[in-house]
Amino acid sequence: MPTKRFLTPLALAAMLVMMPDAPADAQQPQRGGTLSSIISPEPPTLMIGISQTTPTAIVAGKIYESLLRYSTDLKPMPGLAKSWEVSEDGRTYTFRLHENVKWHDGQPFTAEDVVFTATKYLIEVHPRSRPIMQRAESVTAPDRNTVVFRLKEPFAPFIMAWEPSTAPIVPKHIYDGTNYRNNPANQTPIGTGPFKLQEWVRGSHIHLVRNDEYWQPGKPYLDAIYYRVLPDAGARVVAMETGQTHLSAFADIETFEVPRLKAMPHLELTTKGYEYLAQMVWLDFNLRNPPMNDRRFRQAVYYAMDRDFIRDRIWFGLGKIATGPIHSSIPHYDANVPKYPLDLKKSEQLLDEMGLKRGTDGVRVRVTLDALPYGDIYKRLAEYTKQALARVGIEVTIRTSDVAGWGDRVRNWDYEMTHQVLSQLGHPALGVSRLYITSNIRKGVLFSNVNGYTNPRIDELFSKAAVAVEPAQIQAMYSEIQRILVEDVPVAWLLELEFPTFINKQFRNVVTSGIGVRDNFADVHMVRQ
Amino acid sequence: MQRLQFIAQRVVKGIVVLLGIIILNFLLIRMAPGDPASVMAGEAGAADEVFMSQLRKEFGLDRPLHEQLTIYIKNVVTLDLGFSYRQQRPVADLLLERVPATLLLTGTAFLLSLVVGVLLGILAASRVGQWSDSLVTVIALFFYATPIFWVGLMGILLFSVTLGWLPSFGMYTVGGKLTGAAFALDVLHHLILPAITLALFHMAVYARMTRASMLEMRDQDFVRTAHAKGLREGRIVRIHVLRNAILPVITMAGVKAGYLIGGSIVVETVFAWPGIGRLAFETVMQRDYNLLLGVFILTSFMVIAVNLITDVIYSFVDPRIELGQ
Repeated sequence: MPTKRFLTPLALAAMLVMMPDAPADAQQPQRGGTLSSIISPEPPTLMIGISQTTPTAIVAGKIYESLLRYSTDLKPMPGLAKSWEVSEDGRTYTFRLHENVKWHDGQPFTAEDVVFTATKYLIEVHPRSRPIMQRAESVTAPDRNTVVFRLKEPFAPFIMAWEPSTAPIVPKHIYDGTNYRNNPANQTPIGTGPFKLQEWVRGSHIHLVRNDEYWQPGKPYLDAIYYRVLPDAGARVVAMETGQTHLSAFADIETFEVPRLKAMPHLELTTKGYEYLAQMVWLDFNLRNPPMNDRRFRQAVYYAMDRDFIRDRIWFGLGKIATGPIHSSIPHYDANVPKYPLDLKKSEQLLDEMGLKRGTDGVRVRVTLDALPYGDIYKRLAEYTKQALARVGIEVTIRTSDVAGWGDRVRNWDYEMTHQVLSQLGHPALGVSRLYITSNIRKGVLFSNVNGYTNPRIDELFSKAAVAVEPAQIQAMYSEIQRILVEDVPVAWLLELEFPTFINKQFRNVVTSGIGVRDNFADVHMVRQ
Repeated sequence: MQRLQFIAQRVVKGIVVLLGIIILNFLLIRMAPGDPASVMAGEAGAADEVFMSQLRKEFGLDRPLHEQLTIYIKNVVTLDLGFSYRQQRPVADLLLERVPATLLLTGTAFLLSLVVGVLLGILAASRVGQWSDSLVTVIALFFYATPIFWVGLMGILLFSVTLGWLPSFGMYTVGGKLTGAAFALDVLHHLILPAITLALFHMAVYARMTRASMLEMRDQDFVRTAHAKGLREGRIVRIHVLRNAILPVITMAGVKAGYLIGGSIVVETVFAWPGIGRLAFETVMQRDYNLLLGVFILTSFMVIAVNLITDVIYSFVDPRIELGQ
């Protein structure tokens, strides 16, 4: 009988761990109450399998569930799976499902739904989940409440791929054999979650009501949730200020409004709940073109950027200075890497070494920066970058476009510098390696290795780390990756983003996990005042 | 009979204009870099060749442009506006859901701006040089020069946040379960701020135009003759001055109807009013081609219709104007 060997601290936590969904609040929750939350922009659809936009994930996260959830320190917690085991060779994942779970149409939820979702549905429609599910050699359901995934090779991050937006479980009886994207059921989502769709008045609101047959007895506590579509930033602040809405998240509230709202007695601010996404913003260089193809230039740019200013003046203190490619909230982060503090002398020295001397107009080199079209805050970041680099003689021309135009340029490598922001999805193998490995240099594909960085050692390390089983060995490899990348500066990592979630104090247990407001809200309850 | 003939001619012209708008917009939208697949990939935070080609094939974007245009026009002729790529629903359904809200908002703002604007213009013109004339002029100038979104935000600040009299967003009380007259009153309560915000700019235009036009008419010989005949001032203003002075205002109202729809984009966004204007704004950002073209067709149709109605009204106001000439 071979001895069971645990894969990583993460897997250790995953194995046989049954974390109860204990509400953080000591007060006995009462049933009743209606939560009114801001949603912006309006979700295109509530079928979370075919749309991975944040608004869809927020609303549909109450309707659909996955096998797991994740704590704020990214430990797996029970979702539709009540327990799970990982075999000693790291290739077999066995999930035991809760019994007596029903879909919103009354049909029973079984292991067959999970098998269908993993082997057919997600592989067809979900670009983020597809490469993960394709790692399975077989997916079987030995009984109604057990699912077994046998992987082609060990892949420790597999346990991190089971939150509702990454792997929503969908009903086989509704989707099997249909066109998943055009199935009429996408308009009337059927999930297993604690809330059901009651009404969607486009442009106005989405009304969810309690699922009385939810599998967790007594939950959810709330009667209903209204998501109010509020496209204007000013209107959103007023709605929170006047109590017309009770919850805002992500970029609903402009950073400069945060200090004012934070001082309001009826509102509570938290920046928790974004750990799984772990979003980071960076300055991206197209390494195919001079002078960006010279490491000294990239280092010079990095030394010229005052990241304290970016955090304190553009994000109003919300965020953490990024030290390298891995976000500090996800596994295998290592702070022991070369540092690039603000140092204009060093920056100029590097540019001099490159032979980029200042001309009579004081300019050494001219570069175009494509501003990230995700809102005003990124316009401010582009303007700051222009000013910061002007101090060392780099003249930046800012080019603006809409999301489609920007995406087209970047994915076709038609840019010099741009800002990017992306989630790391709970593990470097899921959200980080894709940006630096040579095999992911794919023209026409956004969020691939668009800048063209290539380093055989990095390729080897990422590849080995993904399938390794010894925790110390894995950490050593990721530490080396971080050291090499930070020395090479393929991109200049600027800030780990924090988002302000404002919660009206009448409501408790709103953010209880690392997936925050995208979680199912089964534990949210109202306090009688 | 002549009037019907005129209307028929204008309808035919309107259809030709609409067709031109469809072709021009179809080509313009596609000339911009990027497509809906790029936007959707951006939103997913992940993309691969399979995902992008799936979307393009499904949306028909992998076909030659002329083929896409031909298919689109054929569909429009049969009143099929296609499917929204992003929302996975028929465009016609999405538009029809939003039309009532926009008609209510723009219709109210149109009437409000026209009636109040003309009344203020008459007031100012009949008291030239007096304080009331100066007041109307200053107010008109202020709202003519002030951006709509700023007026809206200040209205919210004063009437919603400070005084708490009016709701700051939405078309009705969500979850209020109101029906009948109570629901109508609730909608009216929500309509006040956005409708006034949208109306103020146009009201200023009408007030200034009515005033100027009336002052011009007042100096005409036929008005002097009316005075010499001993007619009462009220009758002179109503029958002789206003009826002639109102013609350029009607022309302007026809033109401004289009601007009202444009202005509704801003107002509907600020006040979260679920209308066509906001849908247009969101759709442009998302490159949802079919939905965007649907919005263009609908708004163009509305502007063409309003202009036709304006021409017909002309003939009623001034019988000297013969339709079709």
